[in-house]
Amino acid sequence: MGDHHSHHDIEATKKKYLMVFYALIVGTIVTVGAYFIHFDSIALTVALALFIATIKGFLVAGYFMHLMDEKKMIYGIMASTVFFFISLMGLTIWAMHDFPTNTMTR
Amino acid sequence: MKFAASGSQNGENRMQTSSAHAHAPTGDAHGSHPHHDEGGFLKKYVFSTDHKVIGVQYGITALVFLLVGFVLIMCMRWQIAYPGKAIPVLGGLLTSVFGDLASGGVMTPDLYNMFGAMHGTIMVFLAIVPLAFGAFGNLVVPLQIGAPDMAFPRVNMVSYQCYAAGCIVMVVSFFIPGGAAQAGWTSYSPLATAIPGMGQTFWLVGMVLLITSSLLGAVNFIATIIQLRAPGMTWMRLPFFVWAQFVTGFLLLLAFPPLEAAGLMQLADKVLHTSFFLPTGLAMGGELANISGGGSPLLWQHLFWFLGHPEVYVLILPAIGIVGEIVACNTRKPLWGYKSLVYSVLAIGFISFIVWAHHMYLTGMGTKISTFFQTTTMIISIPSVIILTCLFISLWGGSIRFNTPMLFALAFLPMFGIGGLTGLPLGFNYSDIHLHDTYYVIAHFHYVVAPGTIFALLAGVYFWYPKVTGRYMNETLGKIHFWVSLVGMNLVFMPMFYQGMSGMLRRMSDGGAMYSIAQTPNAIGGLSATIIKLNEYVTHAAGLLALAQIPFIINFFWSISNGKKVESDNPWQATTLDWQTPTPPPHGNFETVPTVVRGPYDYSLPGAKADFVPQNQNP
Amino acid sequence: MEIPYTVEPRKDTGLYNAKVGIWLFLASEVMLFGALFSSYILLRVGADVGEWPRDLLNVPIGTVNTLVLICSSVTVVLGWAALKQNNFAKYRMFQTITVLCAFAFVGIKSFEYYDKFTHYQVITKDGKVYDGHLHSRTAEQVVLQGHEIDASKGKAEGVRKAQKADKHGKEIVIKTSDIQKIGNYGPKHNTYMSIYFTLTGLHALHVIAGALVIAYILWPGARMWKTEPERYANRVEVSGLFWHFVDLVWIFLFPVLYLL
Repeated sequence: MGDHHSHHDIEATKKKYLMVFYALIVGTIVTVGAYFIHFDSIALTVALALFIATIKGFLVAGYFMHLMDEKKMIYGIMASTVFFFISLMGLTIWAMHDFPTNTMTR
Repeated sequence: MKFAASGSQNGENRMQTSSAHAHAPTGDAHGSHPHHDEGGFLKKYVFSTDHKVIGVQYGITALVFLLVGFVLIMCMRWQIAYPGKAIPVLGGLLTSVFGDLASGGVMTPDLYNMFGAMHGTIMVFLAIVPLAFGAFGNLVVPLQIGAPDMAFPRVNMVSYQCYAAGCIVMVVSFFIPGGAAQAGWTSYSPLATAIPGMGQTFWLVGMVLLITSSLLGAVNFIATIIQLRAPGMTWMRLPFFVWAQFVTGFLLLLAFPPLEAAGLMQLADKVLHTSFFLPTGLAMGGELANISGGGSPLLWQHLFWFLGHPEVYVLILPAIGIVGEIVACNTRKPLWGYKSLVYSVLAIGFISFIVWAHHMYLTGMGTKISTFFQTTTMIISIPSVIILTCLFISLWGGSIRFNTPMLFALAFLPMFGIGGLTGLPLGFNYSDIHLHDTYYVIAHFHYVVAPGTIFALLAGVYFWYPKVTGRYMNETLGKIHFWVSLVGMNLVFMPMFYQGMSGMLRRMSDGGAMYSIAQTPNAIGGLSATIIKLNEYVTHAAGLLALAQIPFIINFFWSISNGKKVESDNPWQATTLDWQTPTPPPHGNFETVPTVVRGPYDYSLPGAKADFVPQNQNP
Repeated sequence: MEIPYTVEPRKDTGLYNAKVGIWLFLASEVMLFGALFSSYILLRVGADVGEWPRDLLNVPIGTVNTLVLICSSVTVVLGWAALKQNNFAKYRMFQTITVLCAFAFVGIKSFEYYDKFTHYQVITKDGKVYDGHLHSRTAEQVVLQGHEIDASKGKAEGVRKAQKADKHGKEIVIKTSDIQKIGNYGPKHNTYMSIYFTLTGLHALHVIAGALVIAYILWPGARMWKTEPERYANRVEVSGLFWHFVDLVWIFLFPVLYLL
């Protein structure tokens, strides 16, 4: 196998997986619950939903996908990818909203 | 050419055949028949998983499409120089295939647009990228890192098959009613969606296949370079060519998917009548389009150019890598500034993802975002200049061998320099206002790609041909090919800078005649008679350039059986591992795993017996 | 020469080839779905006023699907852990649950799609807008179970208000001769449906592909467990990584499409 885990190690890991599983369930319930609470600010609603989703994402990536104890090479590739994704999204949104002034708007 | 291939190739469970040891017979492959194994030909040459065979498959397919793309533009150049006149030789063929679009052998504006869109598409996606990355990458990278094959040989085979399928779809699109895509290689919506017929749909399907091929290839290349380097082949001992391909792999891997997403969305617009890129209130043919609206044409542009810019670095980086190898070998000196070269390609790769909107300065972006992209664009010119400078300095004090590959590699340097420098006014948003969508842009990017990349790729063909076939290509024909091509390239593209700066726009099927002073004497900014006349000269020069390729085509095929045989497995006396194999390299490439003990360019090492020391040779 | 590091990891990277390969592939998938998410944001922000639907998708069903995928994610990783402890039977049990979860997900999704394809919006010649579930459609008339919409602030906004006020609506009969425009809630209905179908459709294709690969390794490909157990375990791990990514995408898709 890739890295030689002892039986004890794997039992501990299985416990971790179950904890993550419960956390994901809780996260889902919280997200759906938050949906039924009406916040006045759209920004807050969006931020909260994405925040919870990001936490859940990190749990899946970090524990289920073993990214937490993965090698630097993989980390590095995924970190650059996330950077490029955010650039694509951020710069495109910025570009669509930065207009020359004193001309027609939208 | 023939690789000593054995039956079914499963890279993971390969048996070493004894024939791998022997110095495989060189060159006479075309005369003799291959062994009559069952399904031998298909398994060895069509469904092979050997990276060398796949590399040759990519190479030959790509060269064919290079020619196809050239023929398309020759037809267009005729129309630009002599608008309304029937195209000689091919006119009749065009009429029989395209009917009304080319009645009487004359190119209509619609056909011009079609050829223009397909010329760009074919040159970029079916010719240059497959040649630079698919062909040379596959052929050379595993050899240069001392690996037995790519990390995933079957994925490699599938990536070629996806590419071939994409090529077929693109070719077939010419023959369907309505013809092929007509909205430029950039396929901007809503025009791309609005043009009736299935041409654009075929284009999109073809693109999805081509993108899949590139993605699979990119995964393979990166994994191979990370995992399969021979013992002792540390990162900083990699040949520069491998570094270039490594970065190219990342560009393809991360920049192509957004275009794939955009392609799927545009396909939905065409086939499912969604409105991803179609704005509310769009009118087509004089009436309100029956769509839901709410989409954004700019979204397509952003997604397209997010790929489009890294794509141009995909076009140039392998070429720079090839030039590096050839320069080092033919100056008998190590490359100057290896570390700078490496850090520069890494920097180019990284920054290339955040410069894309310099293709969109005229879409109404505000000053803040324009300034951002202008800044990143200026920053990315720095590593490019560093690379060019290092390559130039590498020539200093070298014992230069002026063989054909070296001639092409040498010419690459100033040609790429011109191309790069002329990009600067385009990178600044204020000067781009005058130059955007003019012939200046055409001249700029063709200088980088044509006497730039293509020269480097041709150099690579001449350089690695002996390793694949065991024979040199003919030097005389090569030199004719080189000199006439060099002159031709400059005569074709240099005048276009002047035309562009005078205001001649792109994609005008009549060569600008409609905007000439001759036709509209009082037009402000009308094109002078000189500018219009230049169209003719450029077309003639293009004809010369076309003729110059004939010695190359003859040479390529003639030398397989009749070229001068190589004297050894390392005819150029190069240091890199690709030249330390039998000719042609057998399955598995190396008889035993090579151990690398030195850097890639130990030429003229003081105290050494010869003027070069191979990477795997102990002192 | 055999290709090295197909099973045992390379010392300096600590990885075996397929693991590098799958992470690289996942990086490209991040960019693919990332581009679609970015498009979603842009289309939403740029939508005409009142034309971007809200509360259109069934949240309970979406929540069930989310829980189904989360379950499948934990079974896939527990299956891999069982394999590493040499417990093939347990591995098989967990992976079978994973594949069943995948089927459940796609099944529920298909039901959601069907629901949208049978939901219609009709605009009559006098400018009235009707929205509801299709009961029947003949050459003479269309029967909907739904509402008449106040489209003054935008059709989507009107639909939302009407559904909030009265969930079930009433039966509406419309003569075919009165119809100006009729269409179901398929991809071309508006940009929201377009991006919804594209995002969830692409995701569903990934679910199916992942399930097929896991099923193949589980059943026909299980022979390799006897002959090359380490290589088999690697395959399980790599397919599991893909599966987790598919779950990850849904973790973001669900709130973005259903809740925001």
